[in-house]
Amino acid sequence: MSGLVIDAERCIGCKRCIRACAFGGIEVRDRLAHPTEACTLCGSCVDACPVGALAIERPEVTGNGAREDALGAEGLSAYRDIWVVAQRDAFGRVLPVTLELVAKARELACERGCDVVAVLAEGASEPVATPGLSSALQPAPTPADTLLAAGADAVLRCRDERLAAQDPEVMAAWLAALARERLPEVVLMGATALGREVAPRVAVRLQTGLTADCTELALDPATGLLQQTRPAFGGNLMATIECPAHRPQMATVRPGVFAGLAQQGASSAGSASAAGCNAREGMIEDVMLAFDIVPRVRVIEREKAAAGSSITQAKRLVVVGRGIGGKKNLALAERLAELLGAELGCTRPLVEAGWLDYAHQVGQTGASVAPEFLLSLGVSGAIQHVAGIGGAQTIIAVNDDPAAPIFGVAQYRVVADCVAFACELVRQLGRKGWGRPRSGGRVQAQDRQAGLAPAGRASLTLAAGRL
Amino acid sequence: MMHIVVCVKAVPGSTEVRMDPVTHTIIRDGGAAVVNPFDATALEVALRIKDARANMGRPTRVSTLSMGIPATESLLRDCIARGADDALLLSDRAFAGADTLATSYALSCGMHALCDGTAPDLVLCGKMAVDGDTAQIGPELAGLLDMACATDVRSVEVPSPGGVVVRRATDQGIERVELPLPAVLTIAKDAVQPRMPSIAGVFAARDAEVRVLGAHGVGADSARIGLAGSPTQVVRSFVPEREAAGEDVLGDVAAQAARVRELMGGACA
Repeated sequence: MSGLVIDAERCIGCKRCIRACAFGGIEVRDRLAHPTEACTLCGSCVDACPVGALAIERPEVTGNGAREDALGAEGLSAYRDIWVVAQRDAFGRVLPVTLELVAKARELACERGCDVVAVLAEGASEPVATPGLSSALQPAPTPADTLLAAGADAVLRCRDERLAAQDPEVMAAWLAALARERLPEVVLMGATALGREVAPRVAVRLQTGLTADCTELALDPATGLLQQTRPAFGGNLMATIECPAHRPQMATVRPGVFAGLAQQGASSAGSASAAGCNAREGMIEDVMLAFDIVPRVRVIEREKAAAGSSITQAKRLVVVGRGIGGKKNLALAERLAELLGAELGCTRPLVEAGWLDYAHQVGQTGASVAPEFLLSLGVSGAIQHVAGIGGAQTIIAVNDDPAAPIFGVAQYRVVADCVAFACELVRQLGRKGWGRPRSGGRVQAQDRQAGLAPAGRASLTLAAGRL
Repeated sequence: MMHIVVCVKAVPGSTEVRMDPVTHTIIRDGGAAVVNPFDATALEVALRIKDARANMGRPTRVSTLSMGIPATESLLRDCIARGADDALLLSDRAFAGADTLATSYALSCGMHALCDGTAPDLVLCGKMAVDGDTAQIGPELAGLLDMACATDVRSVEVPSPGGVVVRRATDQGIERVELPLPAVLTIAKDAVQPRMPSIAGVFAARDAEVRVLGAHGVGADSARIGLAGSPTQVVRSFVPEREAAGEDVLGDVAAQAARVRELMGGACA
């Protein structure tokens, strides 16, 4: 019998399980816990029980490995290596999250004693490295070279025009077919919009488990299983998830969480890879997309991305919230972002008020960001917003309310009026000639706007001439 | 008649989670269950399609489908009060403990039951649920039902039998795309503002029948639902520790700005 099992000998009727349950799935009668029909078997009560009286008993799970190969327990050991599905931007460059995953996979593979394989889809017409030329004369490192340099042991590459458009259904069909043939133990993909559509379709085709949007990966020292940790409940609860009986173990990983690792890898491998591009040529294996498939979704047009829409990739980000007071102060924030070489993001109320475009929205219903520096101005720190900034390395929060929740997640707390603070920072940055080089005309226009910005706050008025 | 099925999940009214400072156990103060806000938006999109098609003299049936505890019935009734035509609740102990693979399989079984063995023309899901945040059910359903799929949809044009045109967010920005029907769309929360139930709707919902079916009722394979059908297992859950040991940047605003400039300047150099 499977389900929530309560050890009546151990249960002391303390009711902690009731408080841990989000669904009203457990109750205590006569000092003994009983599951109710609302129990979803999520296991929160098991972790909350101080005396170990609760357990979730699982039915014998056959797993897809055994089903496909009829090899029983040996079925699982037929699966090896860690795959990273390469993702690329509109210009064909490998996304940072892919390199971050290769670096993390490298670490896990060393522990597991297996290889890191990058899986790369390319259009048929993409330029190839010219054999015989020294690497210095090659036009630019190809995506495959970049992946090898980042730490992949091998690249499985498919050059096929049907894959060039990165249609999720076609990508998923190809990846699932390849995984069935090659039996990877782990498949990782960036939790980008594409990754979060492709990975579930692959998981369904392979009938295996998938953990979305992970922020930490590790190996269980005893079993070697991939421990996938991810936020739930808007980042308020973390769950560590394993996939014991099905292969491959699949996860999408939030961009930015392994950024530090990728940088370390890049600096140590940098010199070696520059010389080694050609030497590693043999590690690129070309594979086929050997069946008929046509994308069903037809792209009619791509809307031009609004300026500043690249907040998910930004290294520095200025995020403004309602605390900036009025729309007129946006120019000040834009000016500050420009001086810091940062992109501008905002909270949801500003988008709802029509001050900024949706492309700027940071949070659970907007974009998840992972900058090195996030300067948060007048943001209270609602849970939904905080859920989107978990990937930031350093958060500096400015708010005049010392009790604002944003301070709970900030490494640096600045209790100040955010408009006054922004004016002062703009003044200091302008005076020192620090920041990005400025080009005459555009900045003057900006200065005029900024000068108008804090009208009504006479003491804060920015004099354009002094910037 | 065009048939739209909206998948709906009951979620705790609040996603607040705290750690008991003394016992270090998790305290979740869920409150009453509500319809996942993303799913409420998806229902509104379906109802607007229904309204627009009605103006063209074309009928549309909007069904809601959920898997959950028996109490979820009242939320489905609320969906009917807002304008849905009918509802099916999959409720059975055998469904409990399902991960996304088992959930999407159960929903696909429910879909066949709702449509008497055929497929709906359009399946709408919220982009994600606010408690799980996985955003996987939509694409997994599309895979199981072998339908075209668009995720993170911001607006939907009135579909014709031939297809539907939507605007969706991708990594490169917004795209306008056309999908053949049947199709699965996952709807972003900002797409539209959900309507309130009408008085007539509330009366209609009071008398409406919410069908409740168990695993046998929808012909689900018992090895593919609930705990048995879930490849993934939660081995531990915990409240993340916030880095409380942050630094207070003190002094007047000039000193504070100077310190921040130093912090961010250091990384630049």
